[in-house]
Amino acid sequence: MMNQQGRPTAAGAAAAAAHPTFTGNKALQQTEALLFEVGRAGTTGVDLPPVPKGATRLGGLARKGAIGLVGLSEPETMRHYVRLSQKNFGIDTGLFPLGSCTMKHNPRLNEKMARLPGFGDLHPLQPQSTVQGAIGLMEMLGHWLMTLTGMPAVALSPKAGAHGELAGMMAIKAAIAARGETATRTVVLVPESAHGTNPATAALIGFSVKAVPADADGNVHVDEVKKLLGPDVAAIMLTNPNTCGLFERQIVEIAAAMHAAGAYFYCDGANFNAIVGKARPGDLGIDAMHINLHKTFSTPHGGGGPGSGPVVLSDRLAAFAPVPFIRRDGETLALVEHTEGTGALGRMAAFHGQMGMFVRAMAYMLSHGADGLRQASEDAVLNANYIKAGLADLMSQPFGDKPCMHEALFDDEWLKGTGVTTLDFAKAMIDEGYHPMTMYFPLVVHGAMLIEPTESESKASLDLFIMALRDLAMAAKAGNTERFTGAPYHAPVRRMDETRAARTPVLKWSPPRAVAAE
Amino acid sequence: MSTIRFSKDHEYIRVEGDVGTVGITDYAQGQLGDVVFVDLPAVGKTVAAGGEAAVVESVKAASEVYAPVAGTVVAVNDALSANPGAVNESAMGDGWFLKLKIADRTELDGLMTEAQYAEYLKSIS
Amino acid sequence: MRYLPLSQSDREAMLARIGVSSVDALFADIPADKQLKNLVDLPLAKSEMEVERTLGALAARNVPASSVPFFVGAGAYKHHVPATVDHLIQRSEFLTSYTPYQPEIAQGTLQYLFEFQTQVAALTGMDVANASMYDGSTGTAEAVLMAHRVTKRKKAVLSGGLHPHYADVVRTVSAMAGDEVITLPADLAGGEDLLAAVDSTVSCVVVQTPDVFGNLRDISALADKCKASGALLVAVFTEAVSLGLVESPGAMGADIVVGEGQSIGNGLNFGGPYVGLFATRQQYVRQMPGRLCGETVDANGQRGFVLTLSTREQHIRREKATSNICTNSGLCSLAFTIHMSLLGEKGLTHLAALNHAGAVALADALAAVPGVKVVTQAFFNEFTIRLPKPAAEVAELLSEKGILGGVPASRLLPNAGLGDCLIVCSTEVNTDADRAAFAAALKEVLA
Repeated sequence: MMNQQGRPTAAGAAAAAAHPTFTGNKALQQTEALLFEVGRAGTTGVDLPPVPKGATRLGGLARKGAIGLVGLSEPETMRHYVRLSQKNFGIDTGLFPLGSCTMKHNPRLNEKMARLPGFGDLHPLQPQSTVQGAIGLMEMLGHWLMTLTGMPAVALSPKAGAHGELAGMMAIKAAIAARGETATRTVVLVPESAHGTNPATAALIGFSVKAVPADADGNVHVDEVKKLLGPDVAAIMLTNPNTCGLFERQIVEIAAAMHAAGAYFYCDGANFNAIVGKARPGDLGIDAMHINLHKTFSTPHGGGGPGSGPVVLSDRLAAFAPVPFIRRDGETLALVEHTEGTGALGRMAAFHGQMGMFVRAMAYMLSHGADGLRQASEDAVLNANYIKAGLADLMSQPFGDKPCMHEALFDDEWLKGTGVTTLDFAKAMIDEGYHPMTMYFPLVVHGAMLIEPTESESKASLDLFIMALRDLAMAAKAGNTERFTGAPYHAPVRRMDETRAARTPVLKWSPPRAVAAE
Repeated sequence: MSTIRFSKDHEYIRVEGDVGTVGITDYAQGQLGDVVFVDLPAVGKTVAAGGEAAVVESVKAASEVYAPVAGTVVAVNDALSANPGAVNESAMGDGWFLKLKIADRTELDGLMTEAQYAEYLKSIS
Repeated sequence: MRYLPLSQSDREAMLARIGVSSVDALFADIPADKQLKNLVDLPLAKSEMEVERTLGALAARNVPASSVPFFVGAGAYKHHVPATVDHLIQRSEFLTSYTPYQPEIAQGTLQYLFEFQTQVAALTGMDVANASMYDGSTGTAEAVLMAHRVTKRKKAVLSGGLHPHYADVVRTVSAMAGDEVITLPADLAGGEDLLAAVDSTVSCVVVQTPDVFGNLRDISALADKCKASGALLVAVFTEAVSLGLVESPGAMGADIVVGEGQSIGNGLNFGGPYVGLFATRQQYVRQMPGRLCGETVDANGQRGFVLTLSTREQHIRREKATSNICTNSGLCSLAFTIHMSLLGEKGLTHLAALNHAGAVALADALAAVPGVKVVTQAFFNEFTIRLPKPAAEVAELLSEKGILGGVPASRLLPNAGLGDCLIVCSTEVNTDADRAAFAAALKEVLA
């Protein structure tokens, strides 16, 4: 097998396997044991001044036994975590085409700004007169989010997208309660293609969920919604653009139908990156939409968090926004922290929201500006369609070959009879140096593969990705199953035994003697 | 002499006297993948026909197991907590979930026979 | 536009390949009358330099904690974070990676999560911990929901020493879910009778120690009462460093322990992002919210780690999920893990002792100011003082004198009759000079 430069690779791999190492390391790829296997109870990498002598005032509640922690010196700590980092794939490593996650470049200016002492070193409860600039930044962010979405109100405090969904749905529930309809409006409509957080959120606050079918086009049809609309319906939760990467063409009609029936429209804003500066969700008739700052607005994913999920609200819901919210009195800004005298639905989390992510998002938004944000959305959509054009003859699409928005959706129809599944295909992508695309989501598509390149990819990067996927697709169709079913071969570890992890969960390290005793 | 019946949700009930042994079919276990945990009901619980009787979890999915007919739970398969894999290895045998004292035998007539279930599987695959 | 690699000629070539004449054709599904013809009314693109100027100006209008003698706590704490921590969390492979759903290329994340879970279980004295929650307050609400699932009861009792923001979050979620919450009155001295509130209709008792006023509480008797009544004891903490010196909630009999981890590895950040710590007993592990990282082996038999027990989570159970959570606190939990690795057993216990000694010294110094009474008897690094003037006014006057002297209780509880109470915190960053300056300024303000 030849790689792109025309040099044989098979011989090299075989040669490497023929020379095993003593340490198990492979040059730069180093193994690293657990902290609890290399650390020591008596070691610390932090120097602290001596504890002044004196009586304690602990009320007899001093700790009696050891905690069970270990420590490392500073050089050992550095090595331990640097070695771990080398086993991770990040956006900075290569293309990360995770559909609906918007893995765009995380600018380092964001990090620099967030670490300014005037932002990073502020306590949420120090006197508000000493943090006017911080509240000013929150006000600025709110203004940008409301302007981009065309909505009159925003709640900044939710800590993540799903938390923002919760806030939005709680606002809807509060609005329904204010009309005295809590007992009757108990149903929320959710498409089968929706992200799992949608029905989970609705159920959490006591709604029952009714599924809305998608039509053969991948869209939700207003007639299907009207069939389910009745006085028992509180709201619909729609993702737009939807999880199939398509703009919901009838969204305006659906919003009108919901409002005519006295119900509300929650919009899942996970895919907002496709339409920033091109359309405003507020113009489409939505009542609430959460925004994922860690998707659309470039704050880093950090290996799973922290996120930030502000939620924009319509006039119908603005009065119910949770505390805290910002009140301006001339030159002075204040955070209103208590619900008395307001219609606020309550409080979503302690303090004021993910300020660290607000600063990062603001740095990104200021950098792009109105023109850059619009260009970014256009490039995101262009890149996804370019990939689709490059693969459409080899990979099947569930809703036919038509333009997509910022993500391209394929199903596994084209893999039928090859012995290769979507999962296998994804694992082979790892060997090629790519993070797999989103797999098996949305659930309504069999063996779904959802590819979202974002606007951060150059044309050269996209061209190589397309060629690599074409090579993989042709290999799968040609019956070269081993390349897929045993993949990945080149990652630090092979496929994991997830069954074993779930059947006999081991969720922390235990000292060897304790294990033997069980 | 035992009779066996099947539901559209891929549960089976093997009836002996007025007690039925309930589990999921071999097809269902194949669809689920490796079973990692089974959440069984308490002995003595009454279930309606089509009501949730148990939950079966694999690595990637969790599915409700519905009672094919109404009845009272008289036994559960405790062996599954130590060995949930039995559901994969022997769905129709050692991988049974629970035994039901059947409330109304006529409800069995609404379920599929073995031959009908085989036809049903052909139609959905 | 430095973040966009495509050139105009790239775009043209790509449009040609796709087979459309302009990018607008790709937006045709948006109703024509809803497509924005012009740019939105916001400033245009800025260079890095201009962004720094704009944001720098906003930052300059705030008073950073390090710039003055600083004694503000009540749920978020100013500690020293070693330079190593912030350096490591900015490594690309940590900063720009995703949730470890593809374990083969995420063993870095998964291994540190496993280490984090081990650390949190050890600190709290519990069997198992999850891979973090958003923060302590939402974690507390999740703990209450979990207790309802386990006990099949729907009534939570909240101690009057629980951080009022945490109580507000629990009440907000519970009201929406139709669950009952009983909140005891604000408990300044830590002497409330929680045992009397426990009966067989209660699913859980939520008690914080050290509580919001600083009181250290022995919850063992409460644990026994809960067990006898079939209720769960949820122990909450907001100052993770306290676990280096004070008896763990697990040792005192808690069933669920939830708290804020911000003190370790994470700066104040004006309230977020923070990191929720959540731990429980082995028997409840399948009812735990949030992500869990477990140990296993790969196809070659090599040890590795993977997210597990996922069927509890939203992406699989959907409306039957244990919660709707999607993210954990990722990078913040890494910062916690790294700082805790640097500290180790020895460093954490030393750090905690230092905090307590400083707080005791501060309590003595403030008690010597005429008119000031220290209310809290047993505390870790935070206590409440009663003043002869409204505390909010005193805090503002102190601020004008360049001292950030604590949190007026009325800021958190405006209607609890605690207008004369100030919650004061002293950590390892405070020097003797800081404490002397505070006492002197307070004396002047009260004169």
